[in-house]
Amino acid sequence: MSPNDQSTQDRTAPSSLHLAVALDGAGWHPAAWREPGARPGELFGARYWADLAHTAERGLLDLLTIEDAFGLQSGDHLTGSQRRTDRVQGRFDASLVAAFLAPLTSRIGLVPTVTTTHTEPFHVASALSTLDHDSHGRAGWRVQTSIRADEAAHVGRRVIPGVRRSELDTARGRALVAELFGEATDAVEVVRRLWDSWEDGAEIRDAATGRFVDRDALHHVDFEGRYFSVRGPSIVPRPPQGQPLVTSLAHGYAPSLLAARVGDVVFTTPHDADDAARIVTQVRTAERAAGRTAPPLRILGDLVVVLGDTDAEARDRLARLDARDPLSSDAAVLATTPSGLADTLLAWRGAGLDGYRLRPAVLPTDLDAIVDGLVPELQRRGAFRTGYTETTLRERFGLPRPASRYAAGADPALVPAPTPTGATA
Amino acid sequence: MSRTDRKQIVLGAYFPGVNHDTVWSDPASGSHIAWESFEHWARTAERGKLDLLFLAEGLRLRTRGGEVFDQDVVGRPDTFTVLAALAAVTEHIGLAGTINSTFNEPYELARKFATLDTLSGGRAAWNVVTSSDVPTGENFRRGGFLGHHQRYERAGETLTAVRALWDSWGSDAVVADPASGRFLRDGHVGDFAVSGHQFDIAGRFSVPRSPQGHPVILQAGESPAGRDFAAAHSDAIFSRYQRFEEARAFHDDVKARVRAAGRNPDEVRILPSAGVVLGDTEDEARERHADIHDRQVDPWTAIVLAEMVWNRDLSAFDPDGPLPDVDPTPDAPKWIEGRAPLTQDAHATVAAWRELAGNRGWSLRETVKHVFDRAVFVGTPERVADEIDRYVQADACDGFILGSHVSPSGLDEVVDRVVPILQERGVFRNDYGGGTLRENLGLAHPSRFGQRRRPAVAS
Repeated sequence: MSPNDQSTQDRTAPSSLHLAVALDGAGWHPAAWREPGARPGELFGARYWADLAHTAERGLLDLLTIEDAFGLQSGDHLTGSQRRTDRVQGRFDASLVAAFLAPLTSRIGLVPTVTTTHTEPFHVASALSTLDHDSHGRAGWRVQTSIRADEAAHVGRRVIPGVRRSELDTARGRALVAELFGEATDAVEVVRRLWDSWEDGAEIRDAATGRFVDRDALHHVDFEGRYFSVRGPSIVPRPPQGQPLVTSLAHGYAPSLLAARVGDVVFTTPHDADDAARIVTQVRTAERAAGRTAPPLRILGDLVVVLGDTDAEARDRLARLDARDPLSSDAAVLATTPSGLADTLLAWRGAGLDGYRLRPAVLPTDLDAIVDGLVPELQRRGAFRTGYTETTLRERFGLPRPASRYAAGADPALVPAPTPTGATA
Repeated sequence: MSRTDRKQIVLGAYFPGVNHDTVWSDPASGSHIAWESFEHWARTAERGKLDLLFLAEGLRLRTRGGEVFDQDVVGRPDTFTVLAALAAVTEHIGLAGTINSTFNEPYELARKFATLDTLSGGRAAWNVVTSSDVPTGENFRRGGFLGHHQRYERAGETLTAVRALWDSWGSDAVVADPASGRFLRDGHVGDFAVSGHQFDIAGRFSVPRSPQGHPVILQAGESPAGRDFAAAHSDAIFSRYQRFEEARAFHDDVKARVRAAGRNPDEVRILPSAGVVLGDTEDEARERHADIHDRQVDPWTAIVLAEMVWNRDLSAFDPDGPLPDVDPTPDAPKWIEGRAPLTQDAHATVAAWRELAGNRGWSLRETVKHVFDRAVFVGTPERVADEIDRYVQADACDGFILGSHVSPSGLDEVVDRVVPILQERGVFRNDYGGGTLRENLGLAHPSRFGQRRRPAVAS
C-alpha cells in the first residue's frame, strides 16, 4: 500500500470540513479593538488567550494559529512600523502563548507562527518538539519569512533592504523573495531532520547494560545549506506526532512551491469559487513541480469573517468598523450570517478546498459567532464533526505518523523532503 | 502576620538533570521529557511554597570520544516551552530558565522573557550562561563564532541590550481607550538603539512591559571573571554547593565584589544547589545516601568522571584498581564534550587525587566517589532543616536550590518533611504573599531609568 492510499483511508470523514481559527490581537479588523465586545485592555494578559482557546476548543475547531513577527504591526507584511497610535501595537511571542495554552486545552491543535528569517532552526525544532510533547501530539508550525527591513535591524545579523510592493516583480524583488523562501525551505528541512534524529524508542533504559539510550538510534542530521549548517542530533526526543504539522500561507506560486516542498497544510486566500479552483490547481501544479511524494497538501482557504444575526446586521457591523479604520485585506472579507457563511464554505469547497482558516474580524465576538452559530449550522448539514475523535493533529488531517527517516526501513515518502539549497545552488 | 528577626530562607527546586547524579535506573525514576513529570514537580514545589523552579540547559548532546554518551540521562525539552506551560498550571512560583547568551539574540530573548513574565504574572527568571565551544556552535547559524575570552563581553552586552528592550515600553504605554481611539500613548513606544562590540541593533520592541519590568537575573559564574560578571549584573548567583567554610568565603567574596561594583550587597542573593537525602534516623539517611551514591558513581561512571579530568580514554583501567598511571592530556582535543570542565589545572588535580588515594589506600572508584560526594544534605528532616538554616543565618548563603537523584518525585519528601520544619521555625514562608518573584525574593523593582526602587515593605 502506498502512503497516499493510506492517507486517503485515514482521512477525516469527507463530510467534515477542516476549520481553523487565526488568532491575532483584537481580531483582524484594525478597528476591532474599539468594538463593544472587544477586550483591548486584556490583549496582553494570560486570561484573554486562555478564553479564546477554550472557546475555539468548545467549537471543536481543528486548530488555532497565533500570528507573530519580529516587529510591531504595520498592516502590511512589506513595511515596518508606522508609529501609529490608533491601532493595536505589540504582541506576545506566539510559540510561548501556544506552550501556555497546551495544558489548558486537550484536543485543539496549537500552531504558532515562527519566522525562519531571524531564528535558529535548532531552537525552533526543540521548541516545537517540546510543544508537541507537552500537548500530547497537538503541535504545528506556521512557517513565515520576514522581508521587513526593520525586523532585520532588530536582530542585527543581516541587512534586508526594504522592498516596495511595486518592486516585488523586479529582478531585485524576486531575488530577495527567492532568498528568503530558499532559507525557509532549508529551515523546515533542518527542523524535520532534527525531529527524526531520535528514532522512536531510542530511550531504552537498559539496566543490564547501563545504557539510557541506544545511541545507534540517535543521528547527526549533518545539514549543510547555503544559509546555515546544523549538525544535530536534537536535544529533544522524537515528538509524539513524529513530525508536527507544518503549515504556511501562500498567496502565489512561489509560496505554494515552498508549501509543496516542505508543508503539510497550506493556507490560501480565495476570493470566490472560481478563484478557489484556480488556487487549488496552482497548488497541485506546485506539488508536481516539487516532485512531492508525501500525501497531498491539505488546502485551507483563509477568510475574514464578520458575522451577524442578519446579513444587514453583519454588513452594518463591517460598515461601522470600516468607517473607523478601513480594512485592507489579502483574504476575502465576508459579512454575513452563520448560515450564509456555511453556504459559502460549502459552495467553495467544491473547488477542492479541504477547509478554511477563519480570521475573526473582532475577537472574541466573531469567534463566539463561529463556535455558537457557524459550527452548529455546519453540523446540522452534516459538514462538520460533532466531537473530536482523533488524538493528534496529524491524525485530524488524515496524515500518517511517519517513521523516522533514519530508521531502517523507513519510507521517506511520508514527509516532504526538499533538496537543500546548498545542493541545488 | 508575625515578624521574625531571623533571615528568611530562599528555596528553589532544580529538575534532576542530564548528569550522573540522576539515577534513572531507580524504580521511582520517571520520564525526563513527559509533561506529567514537569507538572508533578512544579505542583509539588508550589505546594511547598518554594520561591522558584530551575531548569538547566544543554544545547548539544554530550559525547565521549565522538560518540553520544549513553550512560546518563540523555535529552531534555526546550526550557522556554516548558516554563510557559508551567505558567499555566502554577500561580505563585518563580520560573527560572537557563538560557545561553552566545547562541541567542537579544531581540528574541527579550520577547520570550517578557512574554513569559507577563503570562506568568511576573514570575520569570533567567539564569544567564555563556559558552563559546565549537561543538555546540555546530548546531547554530554562526558556528563556534565567539572566542573564549569574549564570553562575558557577549553576555554583558546581551544583558544590556535585553534590559534596554524591556525598558523601551513604559508601564503606561498601552492606553487602549476605545472612546478616544488611542491605543498607544505615543508613536515612539518601543524605540531602542543599542550598539557595542557584539551588537548594533535599533528599532522598536514589540512586547509591552512585563509585571517585573526586568525578569530576575541569575548567574552561575564561579571563576573570578564569572563572579565579577554576576556581581555587576545579576540579582542572584546560582553556585555549586560547598562545605560551610568554603560557602561563607564564597559568600563574602561575592558580596565584596557586589560592593565594588557599586551595588548594595543586599541586592544579590546567593543560592547554591544541593541534593537532599532523608532518613528517619541519621543512620538510615547515611545508608540511603551511600546506596544512592554507589549507584550514581557506578564503576563505569567512575571511569568517565576520571576521564573528564584526564581528558583521555581510561576505559582500559580497572575502576577498582589504583588511579591510572598515565598523565592527563589537557591540551588534547576534548574527549568528553557537552559538560562543563571539572578543573582548570588537570595536572594539579591529578596530583591531588593521587595524594588522596595514596594516603587513604583508595581505588579509582573510591577516590572519585569521595571527590564527587559533596552536593548533598544527608540526615533526618530536622537535621537537614538545621543545616539549611545554619548556612543561611550564618551568611554562608541566602538559600538553596534543592533537588534529588530521582525525577519527578524526589522533591516530594523535601516539601513534605523539611519545609514544614523551616516554616515552624519562622524562617520560611507559610504562604505566598501574592507578589512577583522579584518581590518574593526581596529584590528591588527596576525603574525604567536605571535606578532600582526598593519594594514597598510587605505588612
